[in-house]
Amino acid sequence: MWDYTDKVKEHFLHPKNAGAIENADAVGEVGSLACGDALKLYLKVDENERIVEASFETFGCASAIASSSALTELIKGKTLEEAKTLSNKDIADFLGGLPRQKMHCSVMGREALDAAINNYRGIETPKQELEGDVLCHCFGVTEEKIRQAIMENDLTTVEDITSYTKAGGGCGECLDDIAELLEKVRAEMKQNGPAEEKKRASLSNVQRMQRVMKVLEDEIRPSLKQDGGDIKLVDIEGKKVLVALRGACVNCPASSATLKGFVETKLRELVEPDILVEEVRS
Amino acid sequence: MTTVIYMDNNATTRVDPLVVQEMLPVLETWYGNPSSMHGFGGQVEKYIQQAREKVAGLIQAQPREIIFTSGGTESDNAAILSALKSQPEKRHIVTTRVEHPAVLNLVKGLEESGYSVTRLGVDRQGCLDLEEVRRAVRRDTAIVSVMAANNETGVLFPLKEIAAITREKGALLHADAVQIMGKLPFSVQDIPVDFLSLSGHKLHGPKGIGALYVRKGVRFRPMVIGGHQEKGRRGGTENIPGIVGLGKACELAALHLDEENTRVRALRDRLEKGLLASIAHTRLNGDKDNRLPNTTSIAFEFVEGEAILLLMNEFGICASSGSACTSGSLEPSHVLRAMGVPFTYAHGSIRFSLSRYTTEDEVDTVLRETPGIIEKLRILSPFKEDASVCAPRVNA
Repeated sequence: MWDYTDKVKEHFLHPKNAGAIENADAVGEVGSLACGDALKLYLKVDENERIVEASFETFGCASAIASSSALTELIKGKTLEEAKTLSNKDIADFLGGLPRQKMHCSVMGREALDAAINNYRGIETPKQELEGDVLCHCFGVTEEKIRQAIMENDLTTVEDITSYTKAGGGCGECLDDIAELLEKVRAEMKQNGPAEEKKRASLSNVQRMQRVMKVLEDEIRPSLKQDGGDIKLVDIEGKKVLVALRGACVNCPASSATLKGFVETKLRELVEPDILVEEVRS
Repeated sequence: MTTVIYMDNNATTRVDPLVVQEMLPVLETWYGNPSSMHGFGGQVEKYIQQAREKVAGLIQAQPREIIFTSGGTESDNAAILSALKSQPEKRHIVTTRVEHPAVLNLVKGLEESGYSVTRLGVDRQGCLDLEEVRRAVRRDTAIVSVMAANNETGVLFPLKEIAAITREKGALLHADAVQIMGKLPFSVQDIPVDFLSLSGHKLHGPKGIGALYVRKGVRFRPMVIGGHQEKGRRGGTENIPGIVGLGKACELAALHLDEENTRVRALRDRLEKGLLASIAHTRLNGDKDNRLPNTTSIAFEFVEGEAILLLMNEFGICASSGSACTSGSLEPSHVLRAMGVPFTYAHGSIRFSLSRYTTEDEVDTVLRETPGIIEKLRILSPFKEDASVCAPRVNA
C-alpha cells in the first residue's frame, strides 16, 4: 500500500473544488483514459486576470485526485501571472509530499494549469508536439516535458524521470534515449552556473514560505524581542515578503532601518538573494 | 480501521486456527533437527512424513513425489530450471503471457541467456487455444509451463488436454497450481503433469512454505544446493512448522472443497450479479463458465482502480486491482492487457476473491457500499459525457 500523507488522504477522501464550472473562462485538459489518468481544470477569471474560482474533474488514482484538489486550492485568488509560477513541487509540497513514483500526478496538475492559461489567452495548446519531439511513444511524452521535469525537480536518474513524467514506463524502448537526454540536460545545468545558485533559484512558493517563516522565528523575532519589539508575517507575494511590526518597533524611528538593514538582509542571506521586505500596516 | 471484510484471498489467506494448533508443538516442544543423530531430533521426522502424506493426498500423488520448498515462487523456479538442466540438448520453453511473475521473469532471464521462448496469448475471455499450444511445442521444447488457474481472473487452463500434447511430443509439463489448490479438485492421476507447484499461504496455511510435485520417473536436478534434505532434492534444514502447517492446510482444503464449490461459489455469484446489475458501465473480465469458484474480476469504466480500493478501504473492504497505479508500474495488469481488455476498463478493474471465511453479511456490505464508491469517483471523472453513467442500470 502507498505511504500517503494525511493531507493526501484528506484531499482524496474530501476533494476541494470538484466538478465542472458552467461558463468557465478557461479550461485546461491533460492526460487520457488510456494513460490511466486525466485532469480537466476549469477557471473563472475576473477582469484583473485574477482566478476567482477553480475546479477540476479527474480520472486517476488517489494521488491524482488529491493533486487536483491541491492545485485548485493553491491557485484560487491568484492572478494568472502569479499562478504561472506554480511548479509541480508546490503541489507536492502542499500535500506534504507524494511517493516518488506518484510525482507524475503533481506534474499533471502543473500541465493542466498551463493548458488552462493558454486556453484563456487563446493560445492553442498543441495536443502533442511534432512526432519527432515525442520521446516516449507509450505515454506520448515529449523531450521538452522531460527536460522541464529534470530542471524543475533536479532529477538525476532515469527512474526518477519515469516517476515524474511516466516516460519509459511502458515498453521501455525509449529508456536509452531518456538516459542520453538526462546526461545532456545535466551537463547544460552544470554549465549554467554553480549548483548552489541553481538550487536557490528553484525554490518553490511553499518552500520559500516555509523558509521565511523559519528564519523569522529562529533568527529575527528573538533579536527584536530583546528590544521589546516583534514582527508578524502578513503575506508572501512571489519574492515580496509583507510584514507588520509589533510592540516597540511600531513607533521606533529606526524601524525602516531595521526592516531593510536587518530583516531583509537576514532573509536574503538565509532564504533567497533577491527577497524584498515591505511593511504593511495592519 | 473498522472490521475487515477480506475479499483478497488470491493474494493470501487467513491461516486456519486448526493449522496454527497443529504447528504449535513443533515450535514449542519438538524443535529438534531431523538430521540429528539423537532421538529428540529424530522424532521430528515423523511430523514431516505425516505432512508429506497429507500434501500428496490433496493431489493424489505419492508422498515421495513431494518436495517441500519455500513457496510457489521457488517451486516454479525449481521445476523449470530442473527441466532445462536435465535435458541440456533442449533449448526451448513454452509458457503463456498471463503467468505469475515467478514464471514470466524467470523465463525472461533465461531468454536473455540464450534459450528460446514461446509465449502463448489468450483470447478475450482469457482462454488458451489448444491448437496454438500444439503448434508451439517443438522437438526441442524442454518444458511447457502453464498455470492451472489464473490469479487475476480465475480462468482455468485445459491442463489435461495440454498434457496429452506434451506427452505426445516428449516435452515436460509444469503446472503452476498455486491458485487452484483447495478451490477445485486436482488429481495428478487424472491430469498427468510432470511438475506441480503449490503454496501454503494461498490455502489457509502459513507463508514461507510450499511444495513441488515431481512425477516419479522424471529426472530432477536440484536448484537449492546444500545438505541431503528432501533426498538431496532441496538443501537446507527443513522448515518444520511450515511443513506441518502446510500438511494440515492441505488436509483441511480437501475437506472444504465441497463448501468452496457450493456456498462460496454462491456468494461469489451473488456478489458478481449484484455489482453488475446495480452499477452501469461495468463488465466481467474472463470466462464466466470456466473459472475458480471464489474469484470475480469486475471492470468499472471511467474510474481508476487504486482510487476504488482506497475508498473501499474506508469501509474495511479488502480487494485488489489490475490497475497500473496500485503496483507502481504505469501500465495495467499484463493479464488484462493480454486479454485485450480496453484501457477504459482495465484501469478500473477490481478483483474480489472470496474464501470459506466469507459471510453473507460481508457480501451484503460490499453490495451496499460499492455503488456509492463508484458514483463518487465517476462524479469526479471528466469522462462521463454520455449522460447517465452514474445512474443505476436497474434497481438492485
